[in-house]
Amino acid sequence: MGREQPQQEQEGEPASMAYAVEQLVAVNPYNPDILPDLEDYVNQQVASQTYSLDANLCLLRLYQFEPDRMSTQIVARILVKALMAMPAPDFSLCLFLISERVQMEEQFKTLIVLSHYLETARFRQFWDEAAKNRHILEVVPGFEQAIQAYAVHVLSLTYQKTPRSILAEAINIEGLSLEKFLEHQVANCGWILEKGQGNGQLIVLPYSEFNHPELKKSSADNVPLEHITRIFPILG
Amino acid sequence: MAAPFDYEDGPQHPASAAAYDPNYVPDSVKSFVSHLYRYIRDKNVYEIHQMYETSFQTLSDRHFKDTPWPSVDAVAPYVDNDHVFCLLYREMWFRHLYARLSPTLRQRIDSWDNYCSLFQVVLHGVVNMQLPNQWLWDMVDEFVYQFQSFCQYRAKMKTKTEQEIVLLRQFDQAWNVYGVLNFLQALVEKSTIIQILEQDKEGLEQFTATDGYDYNGGSNVLKVLGYFSMVGLLRVHCLLGDCHTGLKCLLPVDISQPGVYTCVIGSHITTIYHYGFANLMLRRYVEAIREFNKMLLYIYKTKQYHQKSAQYEQILKKNEQMYALLAISLSLCPQLSLVEETVNSQLREKYGEKMLRMQRYDDESDALYDELFSYACPKFITPSAPSYEEPLVNYNQEAYRLQLKLFLHEVKQQQLLSGVRTFLKVYSTISLGKLATYMEVDEPTLRTILMTFKHKTHAVGSDGKVISNADIDFYIDDDMIQVVESKTAKRYGDYFLRQIVKLEGVMTDLDRVKLE
Repeated sequence: MGREQPQQEQEGEPASMAYAVEQLVAVNPYNPDILPDLEDYVNQQVASQTYSLDANLCLLRLYQFEPDRMSTQIVARILVKALMAMPAPDFSLCLFLISERVQMEEQFKTLIVLSHYLETARFRQFWDEAAKNRHILEVVPGFEQAIQAYAVHVLSLTYQKTPRSILAEAINIEGLSLEKFLEHQVANCGWILEKGQGNGQLIVLPYSEFNHPELKKSSADNVPLEHITRIFPILG
Repeated sequence: MAAPFDYEDGPQHPASAAAYDPNYVPDSVKSFVSHLYRYIRDKNVYEIHQMYETSFQTLSDRHFKDTPWPSVDAVAPYVDNDHVFCLLYREMWFRHLYARLSPTLRQRIDSWDNYCSLFQVVLHGVVNMQLPNQWLWDMVDEFVYQFQSFCQYRAKMKTKTEQEIVLLRQFDQAWNVYGVLNFLQALVEKSTIIQILEQDKEGLEQFTATDGYDYNGGSNVLKVLGYFSMVGLLRVHCLLGDCHTGLKCLLPVDISQPGVYTCVIGSHITTIYHYGFANLMLRRYVEAIREFNKMLLYIYKTKQYHQKSAQYEQILKKNEQMYALLAISLSLCPQLSLVEETVNSQLREKYGEKMLRMQRYDDESDALYDELFSYACPKFITPSAPSYEEPLVNYNQEAYRLQLKLFLHEVKQQQLLSGVRTFLKVYSTISLGKLATYMEVDEPTLRTILMTFKHKTHAVGSDGKVISNADIDFYIDDDMIQVVESKTAKRYGDYFLRQIVKLEGVMTDLDRVKLE
């Protein structure tokens, strides 16, 4: 059945617990006895809005070795945390370790659908589906913000200037909240607001090598020195 | 690489009891073991290697084509009943058995026991030998192979006899996944190989320079077994579907440089094959392509030197599998400029047609991705023991089916990208509206396709940084797409160099011709 409730946090304990678990994962990961510690750690990650891929993969691995000890509740939390780590492929990495049978359960099917929408940048469908499944997602604080950060990341890869409506749909914020959000981004993240077509507003996203490809160095036709040495005798 | 990977366990047919006498020791074998024993005592690595590589093969072909070697008890008298030598002999004995015959369950269990004893002796640090790297690699390689083979065998429950089930339940520690992983981990830790490699990099320790051999009177066995165990761990984690952890285990090995892992062709190929595969699964396509390219070029240039070796078949098999993985990687990430011309022409020969069809992203292409992936992927395993209650089913394909399904799901998500590529190659500027019309989708859909393209072509490295795998660079300005001309990157430099050398060769030949 797994853990029922996350344990009450004791003062000063969380950081040292995290350290202890990370040590276990680094030094003694193939050990069935650490399973309860890893489960506790998942709950701690949820409560304190931290994340550890290595520890979670270690736990999924132990579940793989001993399927009877698996807690689907914990697995669901790991998957939600992994979704929040996007654009990193952590969600897929976790799925590789979860048997097909388990993936057939309703809550996992839902999470897989949500992942699919995010992977294919279908943000509107994502937020619609997420709204229908609050009970799965609410358990993990910080979920919304994490997905919004991912949405901004993808927008920043793609756009130099994006219409406000596109942004709004991607991060699922409108009206006054959107104003506040934009203010914050302008003040802290180098965003600029411009006038767009008609009554619209354009958001100018920060420069990077991804939305400004000229900034990227091209090394396509570099020839390494060792290759040139082949013809030194000929060049005489 | 000593035993064939795709060795299927057919119906049990251990050596026919009549023909095989475990106590019969031909003279040539008496000579073989006593010489090998002496060379090991004398730490004569060169001679050990000759006997191990060549003599063992020759004797196997001559006397033991389809029977096991004499039992260890029969040969022990010729080697002073030396405990460690007997463990080594048994290791070779089982490896030969797996390669030429079908091991019984009992034999599998006994082999496991032998590995336990052998590794424990090594871990206790009482071993004082120097053994050839080839042998040490084969030990780790065979250990992981027999584990994989056992999992496959155990998962075929349908044809298990009562007897076998009793044995399986009784000896549940044999080839237990915890045991296997912990031995590999213990070898890595006890050998302190990670610290040794760090010091080696700083020049404070001699390891790579001596190919792992110890010239200070010590033993190379623990160190080198620890080193190869990192590759062993990479392999086991890939078999379990955990490519991320696999790559982590390999991290201390710098694959951008030659090292001890390149000393043995089997180790070199196994390392790069799994490294490339893991990167492919982690969507780091450029990294996978780079490493496959280097490895395939190396094999192309050097395989003639291995024609006589026992590993030749394996080398060829892995070569073909890597071409398939390269074909997949390039279809998902069309960056031909990363591929050397020789490799490219081989690739075109083998998979040119198929790659064209794969990039079309229709139902046919799905089938092709399936075909190539299934051919080239590692033999995934289910590590947990079965429930021995009824009904007894075969579940040996479960792990593979899951990995395949997830991989094809990823491919499907990238389906719409090929259409985008075709158009973006042709235009330097195009409005979203126009492109949407050409692609027969609406504008919002086009926006999601373009964002998907960006997301899928920008992987996240192990350090958390974004790496671009993109073959086409573009950005959107409100509703205009600006495509940045990426250099077609014809490898002029490489091509000219080759032609210069060729011409020089022709001129030298001409000079030699004497006109009458």
